[in-house]
Amino acid sequence: MTKPILRMKTITCLIAALAGLSRAALAAPETFDFKDPKGVNNAVFKLDAPLEAVNGNATGISGTVTFDPADPAATRGKIVVATASMHVPNTMQQGHMLSDKWLDAAKFPEISFEAKELKNVMTSGDATTADVSGAFTLKGIAKEMTVPVKFTYLKDKLGQRVPNQNGDLLVIRATFTIKRSDFGIMPGQMEEKVSDAIELTLSIAGASPR
Amino acid sequence: MSKRILRLVAAILIVAAVGIWFFRGANRGWTKTSVPVKKTDEVTGITVDDYQKRFVPGVDFLGAAVVASAFLAGASFLFRKPQPQT
Repeated sequence: MTKPILRMKTITCLIAALAGLSRAALAAPETFDFKDPKGVNNAVFKLDAPLEAVNGNATGISGTVTFDPADPAATRGKIVVATASMHVPNTMQQGHMLSDKWLDAAKFPEISFEAKELKNVMTSGDATTADVSGAFTLKGIAKEMTVPVKFTYLKDKLGQRVPNQNGDLLVIRATFTIKRSDFGIMPGQMEEKVSDAIELTLSIAGASPR
Repeated sequence: MSKRILRLVAAILIVAAVGIWFFRGANRGWTKTSVPVKKTDEVTGITVDDYQKRFVPGVDFLGAAVVASAFLAGASFLFRKPQPQT
């Protein structure tokens, strides 16, 4: 009589242990790669000077972010924008922008943001908002910043974007403003044509294949 | 004769430039060599401005046409009026 009871207890313990393991596996943080095969990941920049407004975007996005839907506060990662991928509609402006006087794309080929800490994390459904603190690096100068970010976790949606591939997607959206003078980009010069304040809007999706 | 041709070319140039500028969008900003076309990814909802090559003349194009036209019209005054034979 005792033997079957013992066997039952063992099986129950095993099932519980397996359930715990699978829960742990489900809650494991995922690493999302932001190099987008569809080419829609983009960072928009807007400058509104008294004499001239400059709008453009950059599509050379890469980087990885580790996101755990069960613990979004633990999110860490780095997003990189290729300086040379920045585009404005006027060829002459484009040349000036990437030249050594302004962004010096040849010497500083990357603009990046590295997330180090998340605060005010709020999750509702598949969307999480947080204030992300980290280092924003532009033209070789790193500056600590806090940026409001919205994460949208799209479970099992990778297959809808990339055929024959299973996995999850993470969409990151953020809008924030930097000052070019903080990064040594012609500080105090030509502000009537190129404003000091630059509004940046990041809209990117990362993939975590299984 | 040359005087008249130069003035005619100057007039055609300015009219053509204004016509091109007007029919290509009457852009009051700088000349653009590419224009953004919005593209949206249905799964993620991300919208991107996909830049396509297109020439959209701006005020600098008009300015250059005015300068060139004024130069041609001005040059026409260098030609002397043929003196009547006595």
